[in-house]
Amino acid sequence: MRVAAPPAKPHGAARTEQIILFRISGHPFAVSSASVQEVRSVDSLAGAATEIDQPTLRKVRHVVRRGDKALYVVSGAAHFGLPASSASLVFVLRKTRTALLVDGIDKMATMTRLQALPLAYCHEERAWYRGLTALDQNVIPVVNPEGFLTADEFALLDASIVPETIPGELTGDGMELPE
Amino acid sequence: MTQPIESASQSFVLLRLGERRFAVAAVQISELVAPSRIFRFPHRTPKLEGVILRRGRIVPVCDVAEKLLGKALTSRRFYLIAVRHYGDKSEWMALPVTGDCELIAAEMTNAGEADAPHVAGWISHNGEVIEVLNLDALTPGSEAQPTPDAAPLLLEARP
Repeated sequence: MRVAAPPAKPHGAARTEQIILFRISGHPFAVSSASVQEVRSVDSLAGAATEIDQPTLRKVRHVVRRGDKALYVVSGAAHFGLPASSASLVFVLRKTRTALLVDGIDKMATMTRLQALPLAYCHEERAWYRGLTALDQNVIPVVNPEGFLTADEFALLDASIVPETIPGELTGDGMELPE
Repeated sequence: MTQPIESASQSFVLLRLGERRFAVAAVQISELVAPSRIFRFPHRTPKLEGVILRRGRIVPVCDVAEKLLGKALTSRRFYLIAVRHYGDKSEWMALPVTGDCELIAAEMTNAGEADAPHVAGWISHNGEVIEVLNLDALTPGSEAQPTPDAAPLLLEARP
């Protein structure tokens, strides 16, 4: 008697994620495009940004106003401990009051697999990255948009600024990305 | 003073780092592979050089020579892919070695209180007393921690 094979389980379409590949000080990184609200030129921050001098948090040198919120501009190079570089773009990140300075965008890509950061990595990088992805025979760290500033660092920065002193709101000039 | 406990014969892989040889329990070894491209990215964990791609998995590379010899390796011939335990989880880790590896059977004398944490015990082979390494103590890592935003794309690579 031949037993019919059980019906094959339906294969759902592989879940993918659109990512932006970018560079900071020559190092490649990726970020989910869904977590980037807007890509702007650094020049567009001129006039809208206020300097911050927080000696214990050198990676944040500027703040801009966005609606009723203060948006902290984080140097990607300083955050990751890389040599200083000339950032040309800024990513305004969703769901966090952070904007990230980057050197440039390489390309957009589709990520089909995100592997957890190996457990051997046990320091700050666990908060920096969502994981690693292999793309075109490269391994790229996928940044965690919420990993650039901790709650304590936000509190420190919030305490160091007077909202009324932040000049005009950051508007126009940026490239809005769909959520 | 505690007396060393003699255990039954078991398999070990002998590895060479510079002029010295060390042993790792064979059950902890997955394979020996030729060096491949290391992908480096910023991090703060000492001793980790980056990661390699092996059989579709992303494997961290850890140079243990600095801790064992006091200096980093200047050349490497193979990566010994070993299993590193993190609590109830385990993952592959690549250890650069400078020479051929050898599988032997030997009886291990357990480490004493005076031994460093990375010493699991000692074996004798061809007139040489060789340190058996406790990779869990020698290499960095901590118990499994949640990864921020455990995405639905996530496919863990565990041995």
